[in-house]
Order: sequence, then structure tokens, then C-alpha cells
Amino acid sequence: MKSLFASLNTIRVRSYIIQAVVVLSIFLVIVLIVLNMITNMRQRGIPLGLDFLDSETGFSVLQSLIEYTELSSYAKLFLVGILNTILVSVIGLVLTTIIGFTVGIARLSNNWLMKKLTISYIEIFRNLPILLQILFWNSIFRQILPTSDNPFSIGENIHISLRGIFFPKLTPNALFFVMLAVLVLLIIAFVVIRKYAVNYLNRTGKIFPVWRPTLIAMGLYGLVFLLLFDNMFAFENPVATRFGFDKGTSVILELFILSFSLAVYTATYIAEQVRASIEAVDKGQKEAAAALGLKPFMMLRYIVIPQALRIIIPPLTNLYLNLVKNSSLATAIGYPDLVAIFAGTALNQSGRAIEIMFLTMAVYLSLSLLISFLMNWYNRSVKLIER
Amino acid sequence: MNNMSKQENKKEVFNPIAQRKPPHSQGNVWYWMRLNLFSSPISMLLTVIAVAMLYAIIPPIFNWLVLDASWVGETQGDCDRQGACWVFVEEKFLNFIYGFTPAEQYWRFNVVFLTFPLLVVPLFMKGFSKKNAFFITFPVLCVPLLTDGLAQRTRVFYGIALFFGYPIVGYFFILGIPGVQCDPNDFKALCHIPTTRWGGLSLTIILAYVGIIASIPIGVILALGRISRLPVVRAICVGFIEAWRGVPLITILFTASVVFPIFLPAGVEFDKLLRALIGITLFESAYMAEVIRGGLQSVPNGQHEAADALGLTYWQKINNIVLPQALRVVIPSIVGTSISLVKDTTLVTIIGLLDVLAVVTAASADSNWLGFETEGYVLVAFFFWVLCFSLSRYSYSVEKKLNVTND
Repeated sequence: MKSLFASLNTIRVRSYIIQAVVVLSIFLVIVLIVLNMITNMRQRGIPLGLDFLDSETGFSVLQSLIEYTELSSYAKLFLVGILNTILVSVIGLVLTTIIGFTVGIARLSNNWLMKKLTISYIEIFRNLPILLQILFWNSIFRQILPTSDNPFSIGENIHISLRGIFFPKLTPNALFFVMLAVLVLLIIAFVVIRKYAVNYLNRTGKIFPVWRPTLIAMGLYGLVFLLLFDNMFAFENPVATRFGFDKGTSVILELFILSFSLAVYTATYIAEQVRASIEAVDKGQKEAAAALGLKPFMMLRYIVIPQALRIIIPPLTNLYLNLVKNSSLATAIGYPDLVAIFAGTALNQSGRAIEIMFLTMAVYLSLSLLISFLMNWYNRSVKLIER
Repeated sequence: MNNMSKQENKKEVFNPIAQRKPPHSQGNVWYWMRLNLFSSPISMLLTVIAVAMLYAIIPPIFNWLVLDASWVGETQGDCDRQGACWVFVEEKFLNFIYGFTPAEQYWRFNVVFLTFPLLVVPLFMKGFSKKNAFFITFPVLCVPLLTDGLAQRTRVFYGIALFFGYPIVGYFFILGIPGVQCDPNDFKALCHIPTTRWGGLSLTIILAYVGIIASIPIGVILALGRISRLPVVRAICVGFIEAWRGVPLITILFTASVVFPIFLPAGVEFDKLLRALIGITLFESAYMAEVIRGGLQSVPNGQHEAADALGLTYWQKINNIVLPQALRVVIPSIVGTSISLVKDTTLVTIIGLLDVLAVVTAASADSNWLGFETEGYVLVAFFFWVLCFSLSRYSYSVEKKLNVTND
């Protein structure tokens, strides 16, 4: 009997037992939760299921990118929320990338004043809660912006007021698409010429000029674009009415405030990451490049940036993901994002807490998992292969 | 020949060459400016931009904060709205700290928050023994101390009892005796203060403290699970960590406040504050787990093998060999995660708990004090900034110290 026990007391058996116990206890907890849930919901008379998605919502939404009315279904509302979250995230991401990279590079300059200025910006805004910043900017902008009878106007047709930002609606015509086609052709030409230039360099050892002609072509294109701008679009200007502005395109103030605060907050982290990644490139690499006689631009282009990129991309994706997740704080200032209208208003209206929270979390979770899957793939592909 | 030249050299009188001019006045302000502000055209441009930005930002802010601000008074009318209205902050200051608990019960928060540092002191005393621990702390917490004689062990037990036990005692002390109503006219020492009335800075500190203290041990267990050799345990831990890290905290708080009660047996009521605390703790423990996993993976394999060779059990190995080395390396990252937790506590505002931010919003909705939320936000910002910045400096200094000893 004792020997039987001893023969069972091996690492293998013990590990099976431990795992069985863990699985069993988690299973028990889940069963308990489900049982409680069923009794509670029966008591309160709440059904479970996704059927409610087809019913009318009965309330309107401040901003929606697709057609939505009070008669639309919860499924449509869900979509409106997702699109609004994507909209504010995309604007925030573009803004934060611009601010973050500018500040991060300025932080590395040898100008004392600029360095101190950027450090102060980073240290101030990184150490304040994002929710506080959103509320703070909200209160500031609502104090300094004029009412809609007396808007702050840039030129004739752009008006900024408490009601939001109004600007002309642009409808592209044929000429615009011609210009677009020219741009595509230019890009194709650039790719082909660049390939040829690399070939030429490898064959003859001489440099075939690419960058300077490209810059000149881009400049010319930009000039033509500006000259023809008025002819490329049909304009529909905002028209002043008794209640503010009508027609044209408008952006609600909440969208602007939210994307601005998210960008200002996330940019501090991006700036630090940019600095750290550039500084993380081994000093010997730069010295070796200098010793080979590379000019500063070539050193940056061929030695520093490729190595810094490898370091910066994974944390940068995480920061972007954080911005998307933080956009859920929209509910604090009333921007109609997924959490505000679906997990907020729709939940209160329909009372379907479990389904709605599950769907909301599933959206964010699948986005995060997708991104981290892509990141792992990227990390594997750029990993240095060492012998 | 050789000898001759030596003698000749000796005769030569030392003639110093003419002194070179000192380098272009180093240490001079102008020199410093030329080096740091005007070293190149780009640098000059940057200097101009920076000065322009400072000029645009600093004077208006300074005017609003100090010069145009109203400092003294008692009512809204004492503020001329030209600058900040600090009267509002002065009037509401106690609310910012204690929330909307009855004024005569503030002392209970004071006792709990001020006793804690006193109780921490013995941890750092040289002559720490179970005797003085017994006299300083509560008798209940000393039960484990009496069973053990070793000073180091006593210290560990005392620390654990203090950091984990004290908040529970403090919670019930502030909560008071259920059923005893507070009455401003009739002072009762331990009347019931429901958690819905707790608030302000003290609630923020409670949330942050409990979140940090509770998420570390859970994080350790999750991290151990994630690198465990048992596939089932590993899969569960990975799933748990990734699921919590993948969703925004606000959805978790919503779930904790709306969905969680449905999961409980009928009749069991769970306090809203406790639900929020559970949500925050589990959320942060997923992040802690990732940080601690980094530390666990930095412990060399030889350490594990040596412990196995000595015949230590799994928990002995983890407790005495692996964790002390792993945690030490990740202290800076743990502090970093704690900073984001401190900042995240403000999110409880959205589910209706009255943390310091919510108190500001509520106070500026007071009909006697309409529209002063900016002043309140500045004060809250100041508090959070001081806390988070000093924490980040601390983490930075630990990191530097660790780097030095590792080299």
C-alpha cells in the first residue's frame, strides 16, 4: 500500500493532480456564477440573449458617421459607437504621433532652452491622470470659446464656437480624380526609378540621383495642387442661421477636445520612447559610421533610424493601443463613443447589462489581441538572428 | 657624448614659452549661451521658438494663477472672475480632502491615515523585537509575532500584518457600527458612515493604496502561473492576464458596478466601493504580473537548478531564491505601474464614487459656487502631480542604484 502511494507521488502525477484541482475549482466558480445569474435574472424578469439588438433604441446620438435615427436598432447603435471610437482614435493617433515625434526629437537637441521646455512638458503632462486632463481641457475650452452668435472665424468660411467647428463641405469633381491619378503615377515612377538607382549603384558604384528630383517633383505637384484647389472641389459653405450654422461640415467640440487631450497625454510617452530608442542605438555604431565617412544624414538614414525603429515599434504600438483604450473616457465629457452610448445610454435604456458589457469588452479585447498578434509576428520577423 | 649632452641640458635655464591666451572666456554667461543656445542656425531658430512659446504661455498663466486671482473672501461675490478664484478652494478644501462625510467625523480619517506612518516606523528600527512590536501595534495583529522569536521573521510578520491587516481594521473603523445614524447635533463616536459618503483625497488614497498592496501578491501568483511548467495553469494565467490587459479600465468598472451584483447569490449585498476596489485590483494585477514576469525571467536558470539540487521544494525555491532576486530587479517597473494605478483611480468618478475629482465636479455644481471647476482641477492636478512625480523620481533613483550594483 505504501509503495503504491510512493509510486504515485511523482512530479508527473502531482502535476496532473494540481491541474485537475485548478480546473475543477475554476469550473465550480463558473457554475456558481451561472447559477446565481440564472436565479437573479429570473427574479428580476430580465431575459438573456442578443435579440434586443433588433429593437428600436428610441434615442438620438450627437454624432454619427452612418445614418442613424431614434428608430434605428441597437445593432446600428453599436456600429455608430464603434465608428465614433475609431474616428476619435484616428484623429488622436495622428495628432499624438506628430506631437510625440516633434517633442522627442526636440528633447534630443543640444539647445538648452528647448531641452528644458520639452522635459517640462513631458514631466507635467505624464504625471497627471488622463481623465483630469480631459475634464480640464473641456472646462478651459468651454470658457475661452465664444458662443455661436459670435463665432471666432478663420477666413470667410471656417467658424469655431461652442457649438463646434464649422467648415466648408468639399465634394471632389473630375479634376480632383485626375490629380489623384497623377499622384499615383508619380509614386509608381518614383518606386521604379529608385529600384533602377539601387541597381545602377550596385553595378557601377555611382549614385543615380533620386531624392533631389523627387523633392522637386513633389514641390511642383504641390504648387499645381494649390493653384487648382478651387477648381477641384464643389464647395458648400456653412451658412449662418438664427441657431448657429447650417450646411457645410461640422465637427462637434467634444470630438476636438477629446482627441486633443488624448494626443497631449499620449505624446509625452511617445516622446520619451523616441528619445530612449534613439539613445539606445549603440554609440559604437555611430562612431563606426562616422569613421566610414558617412555624412550625418546618411548616418541617420542608414545606421541610426533602422536600428531605432526596431526598438521603438513594439512599445509604440502599445502606446497607440492605450490611446484607443483611453478614448473610452469620452463618456466623461459626453462624446458619443462606444462606451458612452452603448455601455452607457443603451445599457440604461434596455437593462441588458451582461450582453452589452460583453459586446463592448469583446470589441476592445479583439482589437488588443489582433494588435499584439501582429506585434509578435513583427518582432519575430525583425529579430536579429545571432549565431 | 651622451654624458656631455646631459650636462649641457642641466645648464640650460628653464624658459617658459609665452603664455597662451585663455580660451574664449569659458564660464562666462556669453560663452555658455553661445554654446547652448546659439551654436548653429537651427539652434538659434529653436531658441527663438522656445522663447516665443514661453512668452505666450507663462505670463497669462501666471496672471491667472497669482496676479489677477482673488485670494481672500467668503462668497462667490468676492471673486471678480478676472483670475483664479482661490476663495472657492479655501471654502471647499475640507470637502476635497474628506468628501461629504459629516464634519464632526473627520477625526476618524485622521486617526487611520496618521497612525499608519507611526506603525511603519518600527519596521525600520534597529532593535526590533516582538516586545516593542507588541506594544506599538494592535494585540490582534501580534498573534503571529508571539509564536516566533527570530527578529527577521518577526519583522516580516509585522510587515505583512501591517500592510494587509491594517487597511481592513481601518476600513471598519471608518465605516463605523452599522445602524448607528450620524447626527450633527448628537455626537456619536463610531456612527455609521456609508462608503457612498466617503470621498475626496482620502478615498483616492484608499483606492490607490489597496490597489497597489493587493495587486502585487496576485500579480506574483499570476506571473508564476504564466511561466509554470503545468500547461493548464499556464493557459489559464495567460488568458486571464491578456483578457484584463485588453480592455479599458472603465469597462471593468462598469461591469463591477452593473454586472457583478447579478453574479452574486440573492441577498448578498456587496458595497460599491469594494466592487470598484476588486475591479481595480484585478485590472492592475494583470499589469503587475507582466512586470513581475520580466523579473522572474531575469533570474538565471542556474539559480533554479541550484535550488533544485539542494532539494528545496517549489515554494521554498520561489520564496527564498527566486522572488527576492526577481522582485529586486523590477522595483522601478512596479513603481511605474503603481503610478499609473494612482492616476487610474480617478476613473471611479464615472461610476459615481466620490474621489477627489468627483468632489471637485460636485463642488462646482453647488449653486453658490457655479463655474469654478478649473480652480478645483488645478488643485487636484497639483496633488496628483506631486505624488506621481515624486514616485517616478523614486523609481528613477532605484533604477540607477540597481544599475550601479549590477555592474
